[in-house]
Amino acid sequence: MSLLTRTRGATATDLPSTRGPRESIMSRTAALLIMGVFTLYFLVPIWWLFIASTKDRGQLLTTNALWFADWNLFANIGDLVSYNNGIYFRWLLNSLAYAGLGALLATVFAGMAGYALGKYRFRGREAFFNIVLGGVLVPATALALPLFLLFSQVNLTNTFWSVLLPSIVSPFGVYLARIYASSSVPDELIEAARLDGSGEVRTFFTVSSRLMAPALVTIFLFQFVSIWNNFFLPLIMLRSQDLFPVTYGLYTWNTQLNQIPELRTYVLVGAFLSIVPLIIAFLLLQRFWRNGLGNGSVK
Amino acid sequence: MRHTKKAVVAGVALLTAFTLAGCAGGTGGSGSGNAADPAACAPSEGKVTLDFTSWIPGIEDVAKIWNAENPDIQVKVQTGPNGNSGTYSSFFSQLEAGNAPDLGQIEYDALSSFRVQDGLEDLSACKDVVAAKDKFIPWTWNQVTLGTDGVYGIPQDSGPMALFYRSDLFEKNGIKVPTTWAEYKEAAKEVRKAGGYITNFSTADINQFAGLVWQTGGDWFSNDGDAWKVNLTGDESKTVADYWQDLIKEDLVSTYPAWTEEWNNAYNSGKVWSWNSAVWGANSISSGAPDTSGKWSVAPSPQWNAGDKAAGNWGGSSVAVFKGSKHPYEAAKFALWLNTSDEALSALNKSANIYPATTEGLKLPSLQEGVEFYGGQKIYDVFAEAAAEVNPDFVWGPTMTQTYADVSDGFQKAASGQGTLLEALQSAQTKTVDALKAQSIPVSE
Repeated sequence: MSLLTRTRGATATDLPSTRGPRESIMSRTAALLIMGVFTLYFLVPIWWLFIASTKDRGQLLTTNALWFADWNLFANIGDLVSYNNGIYFRWLLNSLAYAGLGALLATVFAGMAGYALGKYRFRGREAFFNIVLGGVLVPATALALPLFLLFSQVNLTNTFWSVLLPSIVSPFGVYLARIYASSSVPDELIEAARLDGSGEVRTFFTVSSRLMAPALVTIFLFQFVSIWNNFFLPLIMLRSQDLFPVTYGLYTWNTQLNQIPELRTYVLVGAFLSIVPLIIAFLLLQRFWRNGLGNGSVK
Repeated sequence: MRHTKKAVVAGVALLTAFTLAGCAGGTGGSGSGNAADPAACAPSEGKVTLDFTSWIPGIEDVAKIWNAENPDIQVKVQTGPNGNSGTYSSFFSQLEAGNAPDLGQIEYDALSSFRVQDGLEDLSACKDVVAAKDKFIPWTWNQVTLGTDGVYGIPQDSGPMALFYRSDLFEKNGIKVPTTWAEYKEAAKEVRKAGGYITNFSTADINQFAGLVWQTGGDWFSNDGDAWKVNLTGDESKTVADYWQDLIKEDLVSTYPAWTEEWNNAYNSGKVWSWNSAVWGANSISSGAPDTSGKWSVAPSPQWNAGDKAAGNWGGSSVAVFKGSKHPYEAAKFALWLNTSDEALSALNKSANIYPATTEGLKLPSLQEGVEFYGGQKIYDVFAEAAAEVNPDFVWGPTMTQTYADVSDGFQKAASGQGTLLEALQSAQTKTVDALKAQSIPVSE
């Protein structure tokens, strides 16, 4: 860890001359090497996936796994789109709906809850907070079955809601929002808003939420990714393939490879296309994401 | 059927264990012999909609054929991952919550676990079902009666086993195609000399190993009506385990993890020369080893005694009606149509290479043709012959997921040189008995 921190200082362009002796070539090289290895480690699978998506089924196994053979990407995408009446895009849209809507609602709720816990004093505040914190420790997988039984009671299994509703709570988000709100929203500002006649809700949405933006974006991204990757909940809740998110749909195909060998290509191309929205989300929100993480960790 | 990620399997197993713990108690292996009440299978009034969960690709199109012909019994198909990869655990939680579909696809080796949880409707009350018995290959029928007077599903497909081998390589090296297991071992030595492996021993596909024991005439489970008997280490199992242990020890077989790219590649590159597998394996080879097209042939499985014709079975599913279905009569009617009618069987065979469980089904035109990948050989003739020779008395236990996992753990160790296959079976035997007891399922030791 210390190695990485030091390197960051060392490679920054605006390195102040007053910072003392520069680090030795050795440690810089070592740090770069380690980072290089990790970068490769993370990027090679994605590269492989991209390459695999461009090959036809025969070439997949027989040609170099990390370099192009014949360019079949668009043909493969065409096949994927037409297979089973284009169910794949339905899955992709479902995933976007679950993750986008779920993360948005989760961010609003977590932001409000965290703000309330951070800025207001009321009885049982710490008790509430501790209970929410306890929620961070419970893995989503362990909740899937109890949730299924609850949703069965109200006949909501195998519906859009059965995946969306459990996704809009984010204990970690509440935690982050509280920490961030108590440090970044000054009491004086809230006081001033009150004097100007703004209600509490309005203050939150017009003033405080702006100040909390980095934390909120962080919560949104975290939640977006965790809903996108949540596998057990759809597995337990859903039966109609019209409702599947893309992860679960691809998994289903992957278990049917033996009956329909063409599915191997579809799974690969489908997996490759399904990471595109995540990459876009990251690129767009990256700046905030870094800020948010940094702030959360220091305070 | 077997392309599973370990973590997911573990997770699913955990969830299943949850559910099992939730509803075990009192329902364990209750005896057979309750005379079926015909009222339990009476037609419903008016229009009926049935839910059917299956993971066969393209099954919704087959259901469409039915729906067009039967406006009063509409079938809604829902799909999911194959059984052990998630659909079974969904079934268990749905049964627990009381909202299971009317019909579900269940592999033979999982039927018992649903039955001991009282999750299946006994279809012996349905006259049509009982009357259809003779349409099925006798041993597949035994797979759904589970050794009782009841009928807990309609057989859908089967996986009779035969020997896939690289006829070009065997010929080129002057190696005779083995007809007995002793010859197979001799051939293995010659193949090894030629730089290949005669086959790959899969430490993960315990149902393949069970198929070998099945061929030998062994039986892992039995149920006398009151209690289960577990016998993973009978004489037949010992014979099979010792045989493969020898091959592993002498480095005559490879032990690549099955169903991985590495494994595909071993077949594709001609490193591995044969595979004693089920009929659906024909597809696995053609998809996993595309470069070897035209170079494979199929022969009957090697025998323990020269001149025998015993065959094993690997895989196969049934369509079961779940407890709580309001329309068992209509559900059974659809299940019978799906698995016996020519139109459904040919559609299933076309869309997903389903190998039928009925005697008539084996005569489908598509199963009489030569297959290009196998040099034009009419490979399904070999399997049809094998299907007739499968021992009808093999019974699956109610805890196969756990048994498979435990045997597989031991096999992996044995493949890397710690312990033996037989020791793995012995330890799995103990663990299976414990698992049955833990679910309050009666066991006799």
